[in-house]
Amino acid sequence: MNVVMAGLAAALFTIGTYLVLQRKLSRIIIGLALLSHGANVLLIISGRPGLAPLIGSEAASKFSDPLPQALALTAIVISFGVTAFLLSLAYRSWLLTADDEVEDDVADRAIGARGEIDPEVQDEQAAIERFEDLEVEAEPSTGPHE
Amino acid sequence: MSSILPLPVMLPLVGAALCIVFGRSRRVQRTIGITVLTANVAVSAWLLLRVDADGTLVTYIGGWPAPVGITMVADRLASVMLLIGSVMLLAVLVYAIGQPGAERNHVGFQSVYLVLAAGVSGAFLTGDLFNLFVSFEMMLTASYVLITLGGTREQVRSGMTYVVISLLASVLFVTALALLYAATGTVNMADLAGKIHALPEGLRLAFAMLLVVVFGIKAALFPLFFWLPDSYPTAPSPVTAVFAGLLTKVGVYAIIRSQTLFFQPTTDIGPVLLVVAGLTMVVGVLGAIAQGDMKRILSFHIVSQIGYMVMGLGLFTVAGLAGALIYTIHHIVVKTTLFLTGGLVEHTAGTSQLSRVNGLLKQAPMIAVLFLVPALSLAGIPPLSGFVAKFALVDAGLDARSYWIAGVSLAVSLLTLFSMMKIWAGVFWSRAEEAPIAPVRTVGKLGGPPLMVFPTAALAVVSLVIAVAAGPIYAFTERTATDLLRPATYVEAVFRP
Repeated sequence: MNVVMAGLAAALFTIGTYLVLQRKLSRIIIGLALLSHGANVLLIISGRPGLAPLIGSEAASKFSDPLPQALALTAIVISFGVTAFLLSLAYRSWLLTADDEVEDDVADRAIGARGEIDPEVQDEQAAIERFEDLEVEAEPSTGPHE
Repeated sequence: MSSILPLPVMLPLVGAALCIVFGRSRRVQRTIGITVLTANVAVSAWLLLRVDADGTLVTYIGGWPAPVGITMVADRLASVMLLIGSVMLLAVLVYAIGQPGAERNHVGFQSVYLVLAAGVSGAFLTGDLFNLFVSFEMMLTASYVLITLGGTREQVRSGMTYVVISLLASVLFVTALALLYAATGTVNMADLAGKIHALPEGLRLAFAMLLVVVFGIKAALFPLFFWLPDSYPTAPSPVTAVFAGLLTKVGVYAIIRSQTLFFQPTTDIGPVLLVVAGLTMVVGVLGAIAQGDMKRILSFHIVSQIGYMVMGLGLFTVAGLAGALIYTIHHIVVKTTLFLTGGLVEHTAGTSQLSRVNGLLKQAPMIAVLFLVPALSLAGIPPLSGFVAKFALVDAGLDARSYWIAGVSLAVSLLTLFSMMKIWAGVFWSRAEEAPIAPVRTVGKLGGPPLMVFPTAALAVVSLVIAVAAGPIYAFTERTATDLLRPATYVEAVFRP
């Protein structure tokens, strides 16, 4: 396995992972494209390197392994198609919201907020605030977080 | 006679192409869709009988023998999944035709749906790991289109999460394939099964875990399930029903296949799988309890139920695997029925939010019955199919002395019953707490259009049949489990001259 190619795959995976973790859709899509390139590079170097495998041109032992190349081609076509779909989805999202950000799940937020307005939680929070106020009053010169 | 094997993949693909050609006539499209899926049911039923009687069937695509060409293999596991999947796909297609909405408004629905069917069949029948990837992509790409079919804001938002997560899983799958090929020099599953045992212990463990992560994202295992309850409920109800019933189960199938075929008995990740299974059950059901929408509750239950199947696999005993398999069969039918009822509720009441549906029991008693049967079955109330499946699993857990997982699964069943009753109370008994969104539709005696009610009822009947015929079905799953724990059966069938 070639060190340069392995380094290239690693670099693509690193940058791709970083971009996928962003909040902007366009960056996520570029990140996914880079990740799939990284995987394809890995696929290509998983076989033996060598001459072009044309039957009869050379001894079979000098040929490169054609199977991973065929697999990589298939994977490239698939990721091309899906990336195109993803781009059109991002465009649709931009048309609908005029924004490029991935939105939160509304129902999820509602359930999260329901926990906060629970009277018990509210009482508890009020008690904590009162307690902190008392502490501040008791030691006005140093503050509560020393 | 094994040339029949490619048919379940080929027929839907040809059908999809024809549906595009006849895009102008919805009636021709429907005829093609129904015909193709009926043929699929017939082929897979025949296949199941043949395989159970004569053993594994193998086809070499293009006549290239095993490790060189692509092989298609139908063993007991593949053919039973194929049959139950085809029955479900057919029932949901009839439902989709009956429902105003998804299928009627979109020229491409039939084609995309058939491509999805081809992908699912391909994933079950393939004997080649790279071909499994291609089948997955076929199925997933079709599902991306189906989930965002309406193009509404909510669908685009949740569809985005779904597509991005699935793509990440696909990238990981390609990575795993590349590493496996570099290590063993083959992607043929039977060939891999032999060659993988020559690798060092640590490497095998890494591959086992990598494949669990790849398929675990698709199967929605803890902690990789978060995308599912977000994205499934926004799609049109027939689409959600197919996804809920089938797509995650294809992931479960892939986990079972890869773990039993490649890594048994030398690389044991059973304990890890059991912990993951327990957490999946508990987190899924707790998530479901917090929700206030029928479809979202059911979506969280998919996650919880996946835990049961993985629990059966994690035991790695004949009884455990047989239990996992009968659970999967029961779950596909029951979950689809529940989501189809969810669609009926939405159709009648205009929403599936519990607080907004106004006591449906009087207006549509038929829907109530159609909900109650699968709901009680899901919770595992005797004598329904869920009881049989859960009994098999708990029994296997006790036999394998994994008492804690058996206990967890029983506790989760109780919570499942609780949240099913929450839906029952919210949708069928109580008055709406908030104003209903749409005026309630006038429904006939059936509680909806006949084409929506009949497929739902048919699936509910299938789940009852599973309960009645539990004896023969369990005997069959036991034979399947014995095959799975003896990978040589599979390998010999593929390499037989």
